[in-house]
Amino acid sequence: MKVAVSATGNTLENIMDQRFGRAAYFLIADPETMQIKAIDNQAASAGGAGITAAQTMVDQGVGAVITGNVGPNAMSVLKAAEIPVYRGTPDPVRKNLEAFKKGALEKIEDTVPSHFGMGGPK
Amino acid sequence: MKQISFVSGKGGTGKSTLVASLSLLVQEKMLADCDVDAPNLHILLDHQVLVMEDYHGAREAVIDPGMCVKCGRCKEVCRFNAVNDIFEIIPMHCEGCGACTLVCPAGAIRLETVKTGQTYVAQTERGTFAHALLDIGAEGSGKLVTEVRKKLDQFQKDEKWVLIDGSPGIGCVVIASITGASAVVAVAEPTKSGLSDLERVLGVARHFGIPGLVCINKFDLNPEITAEIENFCNNNGFLVIGKIPYDPAVMKALQEFKTPLEAGNRRFAMEIENLWKKLEWEVGREE
Amino acid sequence: MRLAVLSGKGGTGKTTVSASLALALDSCQYIDCDVEEPNGAIFLKPELQERYEVKVPVPEVDPAKCNGCGNCARACQFHALAVIKDKALLFAEICHHCGACQLSCPTGAIHEADRVIGVVEADARGSFLHGRLNIGEPVSIPIIRELKRRVQNGLPVILDCPPGASCSVVQAIGGCDYCILVTEPTPFGLHDLKIAVALVKKMKLPGGVIINKAMNNQQMIQEFCQENGIEVLLETPFSREIAENYSRGILPVQADPAWISRLQEVYSQVERSVKK
Repeated sequence: MKVAVSATGNTLENIMDQRFGRAAYFLIADPETMQIKAIDNQAASAGGAGITAAQTMVDQGVGAVITGNVGPNAMSVLKAAEIPVYRGTPDPVRKNLEAFKKGALEKIEDTVPSHFGMGGPK
Repeated sequence: MKQISFVSGKGGTGKSTLVASLSLLVQEKMLADCDVDAPNLHILLDHQVLVMEDYHGAREAVIDPGMCVKCGRCKEVCRFNAVNDIFEIIPMHCEGCGACTLVCPAGAIRLETVKTGQTYVAQTERGTFAHALLDIGAEGSGKLVTEVRKKLDQFQKDEKWVLIDGSPGIGCVVIASITGASAVVAVAEPTKSGLSDLERVLGVARHFGIPGLVCINKFDLNPEITAEIENFCNNNGFLVIGKIPYDPAVMKALQEFKTPLEAGNRRFAMEIENLWKKLEWEVGREE
Repeated sequence: MRLAVLSGKGGTGKTTVSASLALALDSCQYIDCDVEEPNGAIFLKPELQERYEVKVPVPEVDPAKCNGCGNCARACQFHALAVIKDKALLFAEICHHCGACQLSCPTGAIHEADRVIGVVEADARGSFLHGRLNIGEPVSIPIIRELKRRVQNGLPVILDCPPGASCSVVQAIGGCDYCILVTEPTPFGLHDLKIAVALVKKMKLPGGVIINKAMNNQQMIQEFCQENGIEVLLETPFSREIAENYSRGILPVQADPAWISRLQEVYSQVERSVKK
């Protein structure tokens, strides 16, 4: 299964990005082999960052997402796609993936307040 | 790190004056001016720009006159009257929706990203400071607010606070100014509209689940309305953390590019100190 | 004549000026375009009798016709649509009502339905109008557009504009004959005035300045106006009395009849400038 982690950089040693929609990168990883594909999430968008990011997850065929906070718009896309979301910690991506493998990450059901597509740093 | 966002139902209630004053008082903090439509904080802060970046906040359609077959389909579908009679885009009207690009039979229209402002991160004696200046009539200011906060994040060391001079109103810029904040401080004046303006902006804070605190500026101009505001706050769970008196010295200080605190107004200084003490305690208590 | 009253930022006295003008003129139409914080009614106390909901068209997807191709989600520049597992999800708040999704749909599965984002209210004669944006709605322009659709011809029309210099102000001042820029003599006031002046110049509209809260030190504003060839129409003094009256919903024109003729003179001066 492919797992996506929101990240501040494009390597496994970069810290997980607390934001989902406005994350700097998404690292699509195979937790068994730790092979990754980095997706730059800096695309200029007029809004709806969370929705776009969630759609990217769907298009990439990921089976789970690890991130900090998810807005309600992104959450409803991920829910519709039946992609579970797990709360990671502000540590390197590798550490989060290891915690995920051990089943140590908590599933996120709630969302942070929406900002109607204007984006927000948290 | 805690972010405190200062907002108001309408502009001109004294947000920037308050934030500029707090910038002298509060230690270990960063500052962000998120009132991107009328940024004022940079006027009072001696600052040295560290990074300036163009901000591309919108897209606009561009018609290639060489490829255009003048069929008029773009003009028909455009709901913003952004195509003129000789099939040119009127940039001020264009929303960048791309409807015209979908119907053009000649493929003569494309969407282009346009620069709509600049963001700045600057060094001041009072901490790292981020702000933005929008181009005239530019849109997308909510996203720009986010951009300003993002730029400031990149310069974070181990500051304890971020003081955000937010936007007035209840629209997208306000929402973008308060997301992720630990508390919202609404600055109000005791005017006829003061209470309803305050109610609306506190409504936005509550809608997003952020604790709302209140500062009444020029409270003594109208003691009755000040009492009404206090009543409203008491009954609705919003704490009034400061009441600042009307004082022409504030206006005089501003004319000399100073905060009332720097101008040595003792009465004003005491109120601001008390306000910060209460704010610090309230935000700490939320944990 | 259509007269827009604006300022680079709020709180400089836009509503004071526009409501005072409305009271000083015998017959006119006052339109409060500050739909996020409409305050004009507090001073003009109209009897609001008409109420219209402002609706915007948002897409509705017929699941029977939708083939899940995702064209609509790709066409939407605002990311208000997502297509997941062959099902379209709409995020109505961020929709810009442009119709691109409908144009992009190969199966005709998208039609538009109305969604209410606020109201327009008016008195019986339509001489007072204001709009109100619902809380949490980000897009105010459709309400301003609706207000401007109700502009009456042949009367002086006073448009109390939103603060700032962004899209909603552009919408409000478009098609006006003259812009009154309200400012105050502080560095903040001057900075915001510069932005407002740049906006009206960009839109090629004539304009003049009213300095509110004038103290003994408005050289910086006056010099700026002189350098830029902008007329100063009026100065109102900085006074605790005016501020106290304002806080009670009383305008200078209501407290002191001398202000009526001053404002009428402002209007005549504007008329002369427009004729030129």
